[in-house]
Amino acid sequence: MSVGDYIRDSQIWKSIFRHPAPYDRRNRVVVMLTNFFLHLHPVSIKQQGIALSYTWCMGGITFFLFLVETITGVLLMFYYRPTLEWAFSDIQALRDVNTLGVMREIHRWGAHAMVITVWLHMYRVFLTGSYKPPREFNWVVGVILLKLTLLLSFTGYLLPWDQLAIWAITVGSNMARATPVLGHEGPGFQLLNVGGYDLITNASDARFLLLGSKFVGEETLNRFYILHCVAIPLAVSGLIAIHFWRVRKDGGISQPL
Amino acid sequence: MDLNPHPNLTPSVIFGLGWLYLVQFLMNLGWTIRSYKKDGDHHLPGVLGGGEVPIAMWWGIYTAFLAMIAAAHFTGSSTPELFQIGMPEFLKPIIDWCVANPVRFFGLSLGSYIAIVRLRLVLARETPGWLILNGALLFLTLSMTDYDFRQIVGKPDNVPIVAMLFIVGFFTWLYFNRANENDKRIAEGRPVVEADKNEKVLTWPDLVYSELICMIAVTAFLFIWGCCLQAPLEEPASAVKTPNPSKAPWYFLGLQEMLVYYDPWLAGVVFPSVILGGLMALPYIDFNKKGNGYYTYNERKFSINVFLFGFLPLWVGMIILGTFLRGPNWNIFGIYEYWDVHKLEALNNVDLSEYFWYSLGQARPMPAPGMGLLDIAKTILLREWLGIVLTIGYLAVLPSVMASTIFRTFALRMGFIRYMVFANLVLMMAALPIKMVLRWAFNLKYIIAIPEWFLNV
Repeated sequence: MSVGDYIRDSQIWKSIFRHPAPYDRRNRVVVMLTNFFLHLHPVSIKQQGIALSYTWCMGGITFFLFLVETITGVLLMFYYRPTLEWAFSDIQALRDVNTLGVMREIHRWGAHAMVITVWLHMYRVFLTGSYKPPREFNWVVGVILLKLTLLLSFTGYLLPWDQLAIWAITVGSNMARATPVLGHEGPGFQLLNVGGYDLITNASDARFLLLGSKFVGEETLNRFYILHCVAIPLAVSGLIAIHFWRVRKDGGISQPL
Repeated sequence: MDLNPHPNLTPSVIFGLGWLYLVQFLMNLGWTIRSYKKDGDHHLPGVLGGGEVPIAMWWGIYTAFLAMIAAAHFTGSSTPELFQIGMPEFLKPIIDWCVANPVRFFGLSLGSYIAIVRLRLVLARETPGWLILNGALLFLTLSMTDYDFRQIVGKPDNVPIVAMLFIVGFFTWLYFNRANENDKRIAEGRPVVEADKNEKVLTWPDLVYSELICMIAVTAFLFIWGCCLQAPLEEPASAVKTPNPSKAPWYFLGLQEMLVYYDPWLAGVVFPSVILGGLMALPYIDFNKKGNGYYTYNERKFSINVFLFGFLPLWVGMIILGTFLRGPNWNIFGIYEYWDVHKLEALNNVDLSEYFWYSLGQARPMPAPGMGLLDIAKTILLREWLGIVLTIGYLAVLPSVMASTIFRTFALRMGFIRYMVFANLVLMMAALPIKMVLRWAFNLKYIIAIPEWFLNV
């Protein structure tokens, strides 16, 4: 009896994997049904539907990059303090001193890659007409996920607190000043006033809501940190669950009707 | 000793480019072998002696040429002042002339887009695709010998964008390649590739193994990328030192580019919302039942063209423009041009109402200080009536006109609400190119100019 057999025969192993190794047809079916992670997939699947030249694997890669970003992001959170005093020097130390500093490089490049792969996933889904009935709603969920991916990247951009960060966010968030009705330089902001006093000023408009301040400062850093590390990832996780569930419920990977 | 602070060539640049040529050599070596096995022979012209030679011979010659170029870079790197391989100086002003102007840039990107669609049957074959890839790589490698080009393309934050261009190009090629095959099959009455030999297979191992391999490949790729190239980290943030140019994150540069033509409330708030809303509305607007679950062009010409036009020349094209060509003061610079902060460009843009009142020989009516709100509104309406009528006409009347002309079948099949949403989305998308053309042709600043209320269109 080999060590492998001994382990597979132990009570611990059997309590986790409730069936023999997937060497024969029956167990290859059973493994898909009894494993929590694998049960995302159907037991069997159309050959052309999983062809790389058809799916480009872009949705899968995007999801995997989301996991990579989550794991590297959690590791980075141990080292990074979102304050004006420490933010920049913590990132610098990650790069120059810390052994696991490569996590920062992976996190940053992975974020760029995720923006690109999520676009390509949309590109593929459009070009194969996979948004057509019955998958209309899942396309909508996908568009929201795309938007949230961009917001994740946007909020993360600020955290290193270098020149690239604050000016990119300044330029990006300046547009919120011009939000119709809700921005203090937007058309129609005068509509919201009580007794001659404007409700929308540079201390109460859409940009202030985004930045927590009249300019990109410490409050912004804190706000973006929470959005980046907690709020948006939670929303994305929930929507990913819906997105995947709907893929199955809408008939799996799209195929010619 | 060479004290030029902006040297086109240095020993490390030449040596580094040697690696790029080596990569191209290896790629083409593989392609030569593939060509030898698959491409067959070709008849030599009479001047070369006639006779049949394998097509692979030409690839072999190019591959050998790349090997020599790579060797020249590795051995000749110590004397940059004598090194001759690079983008020819006389070509640089010509290329700069072509791209460093919004009219020519958009003309070029629109032209390439139309060329891709029109010539799809030729371009989406394997050999033309490989030729285009080789051309693009050679152009990139040769251009890297220019100091100013390296400054822009080599910026850490811009590296993923260069990669994205190649990736988007590849997948667009792949789409047309697959669509052409399917369109041919449909015309012949055969099943499309996706429906052919479409047996059910077990997810374990057929899918889960490729997922595992993919995950390992992505992880390895990210580790290598992260180790070889440090992610950008500039000087500590300073609220008083405004960089020139200040750019938004690269994926929003299309929106920043729109700011040239539209005010922030449109370019930064309304249009992005319309883009997102339009994308979400897409499945409910597209009533074409064909092309569901397989690649095709012929069965979905209209929707494919609208989407590709929005994605390629507008979205990706404007990211290229914003990233590589927009320099200090948001001026356009050529790819080989020094980013001179003092470059001046005349900006004399004129509002539509100025044109209108000037042509009548009158001054524009302006609200006088101390006027009541109603009088201000009246004055502004009088001043801007032409632009307001045009804008309302564009968004409210034009859809009905189109419904009885070019979009007649669409309007009939879609029903009123669906058609109005569709028509307005198409018109909003067209609003950007229209304003661009108006700006270039007439220096038009605003169609409706109400700076009093921040309401400029």
